[in-house]
Amino acid sequence: MSTRRAGIVEGRRDSDGPVGSTCEVLARRREGAYWLLSLAAPAIAERARPGQFVNIAVEAPGTLLRRPFSIARVSKQGIAAGTIEVVFDAHGPGTEWLTHVDLHDVIDVIGPLGNPFPLPQRKVSCLLIGGGYGAAPLFFLADELTRKGLRVDMIIGAGSLDRIPNAIEAKRITASVTFTTEDGSYGTHGRVTDVLDEVVEKCGSGVVYACGPNPMLRAVSERCEAMDLPVQVAVEEKMGCGIGVCFTCVLPISTKNGEVTMKRACVEGPVFNGARIAWDQSRYDLGAPTPTDEDDQDAPPEPERLTDSEIWGDA
Amino acid sequence: MSEVRRIDASEYTPPTDPRAVAEAGVDLAVDLAGMKLPNPILTASGCFAAGAEMDRFYDVTELGAIVVKSVTLEPRQGLPTPRMAETPSGMLNAIGLQNPGIDAWLTKDLPWLQSKGARVVVSIAGRSVDDFRAVARKLRGKGGIAAIEVNLSCPNVEERGMVFACSPTDSAEVITAVRRETDVPVLGKLTSDVTDIVSIARAVVDAGANGLTLINTLLGMAIDPDTGKPEIYNTYAGLSGPAIRPVALRNVHQVHTALPDVPILGCGGIRTVTDVVQFLRAGASAVSVGTATFVDPFVGQRLIKELRSWLAERGLGSARELIGTVEPWS
Repeated sequence: MSTRRAGIVEGRRDSDGPVGSTCEVLARRREGAYWLLSLAAPAIAERARPGQFVNIAVEAPGTLLRRPFSIARVSKQGIAAGTIEVVFDAHGPGTEWLTHVDLHDVIDVIGPLGNPFPLPQRKVSCLLIGGGYGAAPLFFLADELTRKGLRVDMIIGAGSLDRIPNAIEAKRITASVTFTTEDGSYGTHGRVTDVLDEVVEKCGSGVVYACGPNPMLRAVSERCEAMDLPVQVAVEEKMGCGIGVCFTCVLPISTKNGEVTMKRACVEGPVFNGARIAWDQSRYDLGAPTPTDEDDQDAPPEPERLTDSEIWGDA
Repeated sequence: MSEVRRIDASEYTPPTDPRAVAEAGVDLAVDLAGMKLPNPILTASGCFAAGAEMDRFYDVTELGAIVVKSVTLEPRQGLPTPRMAETPSGMLNAIGLQNPGIDAWLTKDLPWLQSKGARVVVSIAGRSVDDFRAVARKLRGKGGIAAIEVNLSCPNVEERGMVFACSPTDSAEVITAVRRETDVPVLGKLTSDVTDIVSIARAVVDAGANGLTLINTLLGMAIDPDTGKPEIYNTYAGLSGPAIRPVALRNVHQVHTALPDVPILGCGGIRTVTDVVQFLRAGASAVSVGTATFVDPFVGQRLIKELRSWLAERGLGSARELIGTVEPWS
C-alpha cells in the first residue's frame, strides 16, 4: 500500500509543538467494538500530554481531510518507547480505511495537537469520566495523575459492554471504577450521570475530568457545576484542519466577563473548563432525560470544594 | 532519525537530463501587481488564519506572501456549527467570516506579522461599500502591508444580500472606495459563480484594482440523507479543494486571455507542484494555496522547494518564464 519511509519528521525540532511524522503501524487490533492502532512515533510520543490529539492522513478514495484522534496512551520508556496508541470507532470512509492498514504500513501523522488537561496544583482526589472510546485517553491521564501521587477513580459509560475499552486495565490503574451501560449488559444500567453523585461522595472527588460524546460532556459539566465541582472536558468536534486555521471546530465559550465567544477546539481546546462551555448555545442536547432526578432528601454535609484558581493555578 | 550521508564531490554524477540547471541558479521571484515576491507561493485567505498558528510548523516568512483571513470592521463570531463537510476531493465550509475585527487585528495580529518580517496581504470584507472603505482607511499607513485583497464574495446588505462579486457595478464601487483609501496594490477576489467572469474582471480593473485573485470557493450544498438536514448550518457553503481546481484554472485562463496585462493570483484546489505550474502557465503570476494547508501544514514550504526542482530539472532559469505559456494544439 504505502511506499513512504518511516521515521521522517518535519517541523520545528527545537520546540515542544506539533510535528509531522511518518509512522510505522506496530499493532492494529479490535478493542471490543472499537479499533486500536499502535504507532511508532517517537517525536510525537516525547511531546505528547494527556488530552492532546493527533491528526492522521487517510487515503480512502475521495477523502481529503485528515482525521483527528485523541492520544489514548503513550510509551516513553521501556521496550515500546516512542509509541502512541489511538482507539477509535469505524464510522465513516476515513476511519474505515484505518481499520485496513497492515502491520508495518507507514502512515502520516501530525501531532501532538491541542491543549492537554491541566493537572491539579494541589493534592486532590480525581474522578475521570469516559464515554465509549472517549474513555481511552483517560488512561493516559490516569497514568500521569497517579505518577503525581493523586487518587484516581473512574466512571466509564457506554451503550453496551463491547463499547467499554479495556475494562480490566481500568480496574488495574484506578482506586475504583464504576461502569454503566445503557443496555444493562455490564455494571449499572444507565448513564454516567446516574452514578456521578454517588461516586463523587464515596471517593471524595475534588475534581472531574471527562472525555466522550458532547451530550455526555454537557450532562457531566452541568451536574458538576451544580455540585460546585471543577470540571475539565475534552470535547469531540468535527474538524477541518486540526491546526487552528479553518475555524470549523468552534464551541461557544463564556469568557470571564460573561461574553460568549466561539473558540476553536483544535487550538484553544480540545480541553475546556466544562462550566465555561455555553452548552445552551451549542447544538448538543442532553438527549432523553435520565430517570434519577430525585429530590435530595437528607442532604449530606456540605463537602469541601476548591475553586478553579486553587486547583489549576492562575490560567 | 535519518543518518547524514556525506557526498564526496568526486562521486557526484551530474543530472542526466541535458536541459537541467543547478537548483541554486533558479530564480523564483515574481512580480504580482507591483509586489516584489521572492517566490510565487502564497496562502489563500481563510486557510492560514493570521500566520501565527502555522509558524509552529515552519518559518512562514519563507512564503511569497501571507494572505490573511478576511478582516471586517466589527468583530464577528461567525455562524453556528456545523460549518464544514467533506465532499469528494473537496470540502464545503460556511464559517461566516469569524474574525476579531480590524481594531483587534491591528493591535494583535499585524504586530506579530510585522515582527516576523512577513509580507502581508490583508484580505478585507464588509457588508457595504462603507464597511470596506472604513477597513481600508484603518489600514492606511500601517507598516508591513504589501497589498489589500478585497473579498468581494460577501453579501451586500444594501442590495438585498446579493454578493458584491456577482455585480460589475457593486464590485467596481467597492474597489473604487478601497483604492481611494490606500497606497498599496489592491487585488479584487472574484467568484466563478457568475455568467461572465471577464465582464466582472474588467469592471474591477477599470475601477482601479491592480490585480485579481481568481477564484473564491464555489457555492455548494450537501444533505444528510438520514436526517434530511443540510450538512452545513448555513445550508449553502463554499466548495474548495482539488474538486474545484479545473474550474479555477479555466477562470484564470479565460481572464488572462481577455485581459493579458492584468496580474492574476491563481487560487483553487492547488496542492502539488504541477498544479502550481498549470496555474502559472494559464496566466497567474503567483498562486494561493488554501485547503491543501488543512491536509498538509507544510505544503507551502514544500511547494517552494519542489517548484525550484521542477524548474531546474527542465532547464528553466526563472518561474516567470512559465507565466502565460499555454501551447495551442494547432
